[in-house]
Amino acid sequence: MKEEQGAAVDSTHRVAALSLVVAGTTLLVLGIYHGLVQVLYRAGWIRSMSFLGLDYYQGLTLHGVVNAIVYTTFFEVAFGYVLVVYFLRAKLNRTVTAVAVGAMLVGTVIAAVPILTGHASVLYTFYPPLKASPWFYVGAALLVVGSWVPFFQWISAYVRWRREHPGQKSPLAVVGILATFTIWLIATIPLAVEVLLLLIPWSFGWVSSINVVLARTLFWFFGHPLVYFWLLPSYVMYYVMLPKLVGGKLFSDAAARLAFFLFVVFSAPVGLHHQYADPGVSAGYKWLHGLFTFFVALPSFITAFTVAASLEFGARKAGGQGWFRWWARLPYRDPDRYLFAYGFCGLVLFLFGGITGIVNASVTMNNVVHNTSWVPGHFHTTLGGPVFLSFLGLSLWMVGELTGREVRLPRANVWVPYLWLLGVALFSVGLSVAGILGEPRRTNLAITYSNPESPLYQASWEFWTRLGAVGGILMTLAMGVYFAVFFATLFSPARKRREIDIPVAEPLHDEDVPWLRNFAPWVAAAIVLLIVAYVPPLYEVLTGGTVPAVPYEPHSPAPLAQSP
Amino acid sequence: MERHERWVLLSSAGLMSVFFALLLYSALGWGASVPTCVTDVRPFSQGRIEKIDGRRVAAYMVARMWFFDPSEIRVAPGTEINLYLSALDVTHGLYIEGTNVNLMAVPGTVNLARFRLDREGEYRILCHEYCGLGHQNMAGKIVVTRAASEG
Repeated sequence: MKEEQGAAVDSTHRVAALSLVVAGTTLLVLGIYHGLVQVLYRAGWIRSMSFLGLDYYQGLTLHGVVNAIVYTTFFEVAFGYVLVVYFLRAKLNRTVTAVAVGAMLVGTVIAAVPILTGHASVLYTFYPPLKASPWFYVGAALLVVGSWVPFFQWISAYVRWRREHPGQKSPLAVVGILATFTIWLIATIPLAVEVLLLLIPWSFGWVSSINVVLARTLFWFFGHPLVYFWLLPSYVMYYVMLPKLVGGKLFSDAAARLAFFLFVVFSAPVGLHHQYADPGVSAGYKWLHGLFTFFVALPSFITAFTVAASLEFGARKAGGQGWFRWWARLPYRDPDRYLFAYGFCGLVLFLFGGITGIVNASVTMNNVVHNTSWVPGHFHTTLGGPVFLSFLGLSLWMVGELTGREVRLPRANVWVPYLWLLGVALFSVGLSVAGILGEPRRTNLAITYSNPESPLYQASWEFWTRLGAVGGILMTLAMGVYFAVFFATLFSPARKRREIDIPVAEPLHDEDVPWLRNFAPWVAAAIVLLIVAYVPPLYEVLTGGTVPAVPYEPHSPAPLAQSP
Repeated sequence: MERHERWVLLSSAGLMSVFFALLLYSALGWGASVPTCVTDVRPFSQGRIEKIDGRRVAAYMVARMWFFDPSEIRVAPGTEINLYLSALDVTHGLYIEGTNVNLMAVPGTVNLARFRLDREGEYRILCHEYCGLGHQNMAGKIVVTRAASEG
């Protein structure tokens, strides 16, 4: 593979990508604040229903929607544009990009208004028959549909590139980002069906009732592939950039491609593992989704090995020796290679995230942890681990490349991921242990379970909720430093040329495997598995005699419509 | 594929197979289970407790904003409890402290758990799915006492 030169980005795409990254990071300030406030409530250190004008569940909705949906989607679309422009030297249609990114930003504003005014405190899962303002759903739909457009732009750029470069292997990063958005498209189709066909007509009052089991099933049809949509851009960083940053090579190019394609196949037919405790769905279908979930662990095992082997190769080139001593030769604190620090801390957290994820997927064992605080304990080591840390690092990197700025406060920056790692470790241990003791997730513990004066007080959770709060405070401190670095960099004077230069690792073992050259067979396999996994349960849900439910608002047990 | 990669792929597939086999064992050997589709009981809006025979009760429990109806179930130790769970208004959850009984209560449908509590004492029930403003107050209990067998 030849050495790539820096790529200039046209002004439209530069502005589009920067707008998404800066808007996402700015909103993240709000999302992080609500993370902090929540751990304080849970520890009983804030003892009320609301704090500084925002209700607990309103804050929880903001925390979920901003951090998990808006920040991630904004980042990934921006990152995708950067990768496609850099690796494919693609000239994308500027008007289409402007419209798509504009739709995402406008959709976010439309959804933000009802959340901030207290008319959409339904959490990021928005399970009916709790009803939000219809504009919450309209805004979310616009954000999602806007994010589809870039994917089609990239597909057409990719097809053109393949035509112009016959016989050449596609760049791995492009395969990675296209796999990511293939999963996003698969995931968001059932979401669109839920939101456009069920929730919007129902929330406007055009229809009075809704099949709740169907809505839940469609939501989780979206909700699990969603986590691989979050994870795979991190894998692009791990496979493509990290080995280069440590002065090494990617251990196996074929393994990396196989991992991406396996995610395309297995990421979606698994959603029922979020519904193990649900009524209205037969246990056999749940077991099938549990089995498929175990398959989707395989590409992560491969990744753990390939990334570790790539790092080892680099560390040995730098003089590392022994079975384990080479670990000391990695650039943990090098401010110029801060992406390594962000990536490395993410990998450490993901070891725990992966294992606890297998516990959650383990059909019968899930009874112990379902809907307890174990679950947020788990996903703060995945979504809050490799995903969030790599997005933070790469956002900062994109701002530097796209605006021609050097990272400010570089020494503070390189400590951000370590402080975050420590915070998440304490936070997740606190939540996980309390979860096994029965502490529920998504609950304002402050006025009952954490309150010694309440008959519901749970003394055995107290130590763990406080440990979680200490972790949450450390996470917030880390983010305080990060925001300082990010905005100081953004508002500093430009120092270098505005062009993208991606550190790309060459493969150590570079086989050309014909069956890893095309998306088509993998997408076909994914569709077959989806049919097998979802047609029978959806048929059951549609014909199973579920009584349609009328809407309710979170603050009142009085229904908003008459039962049909 | 590089040979180490092949080895990693096969051994992790082996590990996951062992895990899955153990799960099947937990279900077939110990009787651990997850809820399934209940078709013989229609969704209900009033809670009640029925004695099936000397050793079994059927508890029809309604989860609603923001309490369980009935809020208390009294049984003798070792009684088989058939807990049918429906939701009147929005989605709720039901978790019995210190047990593996962990269910979603979804409007328009019925969930079922079948279990025994052998030790005397109070088992708290809590709602673990966000159900609106009063969610954190929503709780109930099962009282396991020998006195219950006399009634």
